[in-house]
Amino acid sequence: MGAVNLLGLKRNDYKGNPSSLCQGCGHNSISSQIIAVAYDMSLDQHRIIKMSGIGCSSKSPAYFLGKAHGFNGLHGRMPALATGATTVNTDLIAIGVSGDGDTGSIGLGQFKHMVRRNVPIVYIIENNGVYGLTKGQFSATADYGQELKYAGVNELPPIDICMEALVDNASFVARSFAGDPTQVRELLKAALSHRGTAVLDIISPCVTFNNHEASTKSYPYGKAHEEPLQDITYIPEYDPIIIEEMEPGQVQAVEMHDGSHVLLKKLDPTQHDPTDRLAAIRLLEEARQENQFITGLIYVDRNRPSLAETSHIISDPLAHLAEERLRPPKEALDKLMASLVCCD
Amino acid sequence: MAEREPIVNDFQIMIATVNGSGSQTANTALLRAIFRMGVPVSGKNIFPSNIQGLPTWFTIRVSKDGYIARLDEYQALVAMNLQTASEDIEKLAPGGFCVFPEEWKIRQERDDITYYPVPVEALIDEAEVPSNLKSYIANMAYVGALATILNIDLDEIAFALDFHFGGKAKPINMNMGVVRAAYEWAQDNLAKSDPFAVQRMNGTEGMLLLDGNSASALGAVFGGVSFAAWYPITPSTSLIDALREYLSDLRTDPNTGNATYAVIQAEDEIGAAGMVVGAGWAGARAMTSTSGPGLSLMTEFAGLAYYAEVPVVIWDVQRMGPSTGLPTRTSQGDVLMAYFMGHGDTKHVVLFPHNIDEAFEFGWMAFDLAERLQTLVFVLSDLDLGMNLWMSKPFKYPDMPMDRGKVLTAEDLERLGHFGRYEDVDGDGIPYRTLPGTDHPLGAYFARGTGHNAQAVYSERPDDWVENMERLNRKFETARTLIPKPVVDRANSAEIGLIAYGTTDACVIEGRDLLREQGIETDYLRVRALPFENTTRDFIAAHDRLYVVENNTDGQMAKLLCMEFPDLAHRIRSLAHSDGLPLTARWMSQGLLEQEQ
Repeated sequence: MGAVNLLGLKRNDYKGNPSSLCQGCGHNSISSQIIAVAYDMSLDQHRIIKMSGIGCSSKSPAYFLGKAHGFNGLHGRMPALATGATTVNTDLIAIGVSGDGDTGSIGLGQFKHMVRRNVPIVYIIENNGVYGLTKGQFSATADYGQELKYAGVNELPPIDICMEALVDNASFVARSFAGDPTQVRELLKAALSHRGTAVLDIISPCVTFNNHEASTKSYPYGKAHEEPLQDITYIPEYDPIIIEEMEPGQVQAVEMHDGSHVLLKKLDPTQHDPTDRLAAIRLLEEARQENQFITGLIYVDRNRPSLAETSHIISDPLAHLAEERLRPPKEALDKLMASLVCCD
Repeated sequence: MAEREPIVNDFQIMIATVNGSGSQTANTALLRAIFRMGVPVSGKNIFPSNIQGLPTWFTIRVSKDGYIARLDEYQALVAMNLQTASEDIEKLAPGGFCVFPEEWKIRQERDDITYYPVPVEALIDEAEVPSNLKSYIANMAYVGALATILNIDLDEIAFALDFHFGGKAKPINMNMGVVRAAYEWAQDNLAKSDPFAVQRMNGTEGMLLLDGNSASALGAVFGGVSFAAWYPITPSTSLIDALREYLSDLRTDPNTGNATYAVIQAEDEIGAAGMVVGAGWAGARAMTSTSGPGLSLMTEFAGLAYYAEVPVVIWDVQRMGPSTGLPTRTSQGDVLMAYFMGHGDTKHVVLFPHNIDEAFEFGWMAFDLAERLQTLVFVLSDLDLGMNLWMSKPFKYPDMPMDRGKVLTAEDLERLGHFGRYEDVDGDGIPYRTLPGTDHPLGAYFARGTGHNAQAVYSERPDDWVENMERLNRKFETARTLIPKPVVDRANSAEIGLIAYGTTDACVIEGRDLLREQGIETDYLRVRALPFENTTRDFIAAHDRLYVVENNTDGQMAKLLCMEFPDLAHRIRSLAHSDGLPLTARWMSQGLLEQEQ
């Protein structure tokens, strides 16, 4: 029989089609964590929409949550599609999967405007610093001075997607590493509980084109240089866990919009406060200078309203309104026409 | 009074001003006053791409016969722009008259026109007007002077100002004070020696005046639009402005005070197009509005909407291209672009409203077509239609319920036990779709712009590709049967047929009368939508020579007709012109006569 979740579903019920990505690709690991989290949280797949752009990463929504609607759109344009879809149906839970080319280059403008609007979506960047489908060009997140067989030496500094999100007033910014499934799962749970745009930049090594020691987006580098910010335990609201009073300075609770909490256990004695935007920016800049990447929940603002809220729309999904709520009555047109007609 | 035969209700007024001087109030008041006297009018604002300082012209055509096309010449000139005055006076038709500020001391060189100097400064100085409003209100001086010269009823000007200011007494009285003062000064001081006059008639009763962009927006509102995304661009911005205003009045939920719609200003036209495709996919009635340069940016999403089969409506209020072109001048230059927009084998349904009544009708109908056909529907308006005031009978309420197309619910899925997103179940090429949120294990599918089979699964198989494209072509054949048919007017001419579309209709209607005066009968077909269907083929086949009248340089519709009906292409002749201005009947009739010789 096997285990089932609160909906009576097995973990396999959350799978998609078999992956067509390379064996050992970090993206496959992330897909597995999405499946695990959706199962753990007993998410109803019919309420989920999977959105993506173009690239290896953007193919992956076909490989998880097979009973959810999906839209594999255009290169760098997933934010616009998600903005439209989530605005006209606020009941939907949007999970977007993008890549570093999709988000950091061709779609950087759309990404930043989505963040600025606080479109309700879990926005995952499967970040490997390289264009896989076109066989190994540098992306905008590639490391300065990095060498690739195809592209030579990268002379340009990388774009830090988390930093880009922060300066646009992102309400949720986190970074993880595909080789750390526990942390990816916990951050995914936190992101799914967030009300606006939850940016989750996951370093996801490309086994084919960018997995050598010199790259910061490789497994060997990731394992050696990962600096976890916190150990995170997610507590879903349907199964509250009472936590004894914590030692001051060691544990911090961040309440999510759905009432659930993320508990942050500080490993670093120079404790990071994820509600302090300036501290978050400083953290990323210091990590950049030290050539490290920070993993964990970097920033969260649970008070920023989402786009649906700032649009002042009704709570019923606009997409499902019946004709009588969409088309004004004949009297309304007649009245308007009468006010314009010559000559009273 | 002159000895000449009076010319009543049949002339054109040209008002030359400086952009930003606030002449729009004066010009529309004149237009509306003449309209209220029962005389058919049309007004055209020929304005620069500039906020303040460049020249602007406004023409008011007064036509007892109801012609609404632009005239090449004008018989009455109001010269309020010193910069262009000499050229404006030079172009004035012989026998015409010119009103201008007396203080300019213009040399009165022509002896075939009448000069009416008006002491604008003195009239304004005497009026009780705050000093900061004086240059603005100066325009009312020519309104008053014209009222005397042309015999326009002052009460109707007062009514027009009342309408313009929504009944606010202060601006109405201030403006009307200057109108009256100028009127009385002209009564006492101007000796009328031109033959032109406005006389009350019964040609506008029960009609209204509205701009095309407002009519288009209103159509969308009565089509049940629930989502719009847009990026500001001339000349389409006022369509969205009007949409927001009407929606706020008509679509606010009475219980919560919240909106039953969303309008989002995007970061660019790519974003705007993407948002409406996302909203259309999720089940909303979604639209955007743009003009040429914005259309170029929307191209990749047009291809996606076509291939992933997402209902979306895009309004294109055409302006001059190529490139940035002339942002404030009209054209019909986007026909081929819209029809084939997108790489690969892409083609779209395109609607061409010719007046504001049809702009309203196509405004709601476009959503029915988009959802029925699960595709992108273009509505091609233009600056002339969109930004000018037009007469119309009141718009008719939609005569059929909204058509939401083939959407399967959870109950349908339960009953059918099967769902294939791109299967051609009915043989009309239109598949069934489900909306995100459908609570059924069979309900989901993966929309994509990549190659897919009938189950919406990624496929690189040659047979899947071919089958899908063949079905899309079947769907396009179905579209031919659903879109508005052409309007045909036969005059028993077996020889010459005219084909036009959109606002070019106005010059064709008048041009046919000019040709008839010369003994040439023509039949006329007005294309209302693409793709073509058999009415158009039959019309072409029934005539020796077809002239396709359009406002672009390359004769785009003529080219398209030749392409779609290659066996009849030798009959098709292009009558195309584009200089930024609406086409005139004289140009059309002369152009046809030249080709006939």
